[in-house]
Amino acid sequence: MREVIRNIVRLLLFLFIEVYVLHSIPHLHRFISPSLYFIFLLWLPFSIRPRLLLWIAFFTGLIVDYFLQSPGLHASACLVLAFIRPFLITVLTPRDSTEFNYREPSPQSLLWAPYVIYITLLTFSYHTWLVFLEWLSFGSFGDFLIKTFASTAISLLLIIPIELLFPRQMRYRTNVGS
Amino acid sequence: MRNVILFIRRYLTFFTFLLLQILSLWFLYSYNKFHQAQFLQWANELTGQINTRYKKVENFFVLGEENKRLHRVNDSLLNLLAQQYVQPDTTKRLVVDTLLQDSTRQTRRYYFRPASVIYNSTSGEKNYIQLDRGSVEGITENMSVLNADGSAVGIVVSVSPHFSQVMSLLHVRQKVNVALKKTGDFGTLEWDGADPSVLLLKGLPKSVPVKVGDVVVSSRYSFNFPPGYPVGLVSGIVSDNSTNFYVLKVRPSARFNNLQHVFVVENLQYTEQSKLDEDTRKRIEDPKRNPR
Repeated sequence: MREVIRNIVRLLLFLFIEVYVLHSIPHLHRFISPSLYFIFLLWLPFSIRPRLLLWIAFFTGLIVDYFLQSPGLHASACLVLAFIRPFLITVLTPRDSTEFNYREPSPQSLLWAPYVIYITLLTFSYHTWLVFLEWLSFGSFGDFLIKTFASTAISLLLIIPIELLFPRQMRYRTNVGS
Repeated sequence: MRNVILFIRRYLTFFTFLLLQILSLWFLYSYNKFHQAQFLQWANELTGQINTRYKKVENFFVLGEENKRLHRVNDSLLNLLAQQYVQPDTTKRLVVDTLLQDSTRQTRRYYFRPASVIYNSTSGEKNYIQLDRGSVEGITENMSVLNADGSAVGIVVSVSPHFSQVMSLLHVRQKVNVALKKTGDFGTLEWDGADPSVLLLKGLPKSVPVKVGDVVVSSRYSFNFPPGYPVGLVSGIVSDNSTNFYVLKVRPSARFNNLQHVFVVENLQYTEQSKLDEDTRKRIEDPKRNPR
């Protein structure tokens, strides 16, 4: 229960930042559109089932979409991210114990190197799909490539300091309490 | 049959993904085409409520800027007041009009309604603005939106009961008919999604003399915008020898980053005009119905 409330609060916070900060600041550059809210999906617990994850991703994206007037765009990108996530976690987690010791992906539970790979790959796939959909309706191929890499880079530049500045309080999961 | 069910069960996650993906792409493409997304009205009301609350706080911090702008508008309006003009008495004479029909009757063409901006973004390629007035207050699609100082902002594309969405000039699909104030020649204003301080004016023939600094206003031929309202200043001329038309860079007069109070302008003859336009097209393109 605490887990659910914590994640809802997190979602609201990220949505607020996405809609009222990252999309309200003056235009940075044509190739750079920072985005942050999708780390809510990266931070969801290990134990979440893939199908539930897909639904959560769909609705998260849809909420952002209705605020930004692009129904379906972010939802679609979030779905791609949510679909890849379980595979990546299986590949990146050490087999033996960590998966059961910590609740959710973090630098502590996955260790820094795999965690950065996890974040980078998912951020990249998210932006690739998002920019790809935009490119279909508008723009050139060069724009598509540059924008994908630039947006991924700027998003990582936001995410990694957040990980460093606000280390999530990770406790060993035990049988006592919840 | 059992095998099919087993197959679906085995790949249920993948099918869920596929289903949701198709759903979201359907949302996306139906919106891009008609600007009428699924559940948009309902969602509009909800996001509108939240945006209104947020804007209440934010507005407080930009009051100074807005005051200045209103002061400027007041200034220009005060200068237009009748008492600022003197009319010499001797020129007055009585004219008896014998016409039965009043040929000077005027028809009102534009109606202004005030509204406030509650959400606004300039960071994407498709920027929309949300206003706090909707169909209950008489806003309908295709009305134009002017900033508090009269400069062009965008066109209303969808309306819910209490809120409306405006497609800003900073939208790659936006096309507005504008004219040069000096000569009255008209062209189309577009945006290429690159720089929000540069709009592109196309379709202006090279025979027209254009200088950097020329004023661009809304055209008389626009169905949406009232004529003569400022759109921007020519900030650069792109030389393209392959065509006979200019590509002009235009710096918009409206500052899209701090829009607050705007006017929604209704063209009271819009339906009539667009219907006539459509009928004409139909008649010309369907020669069987009308042999001429």
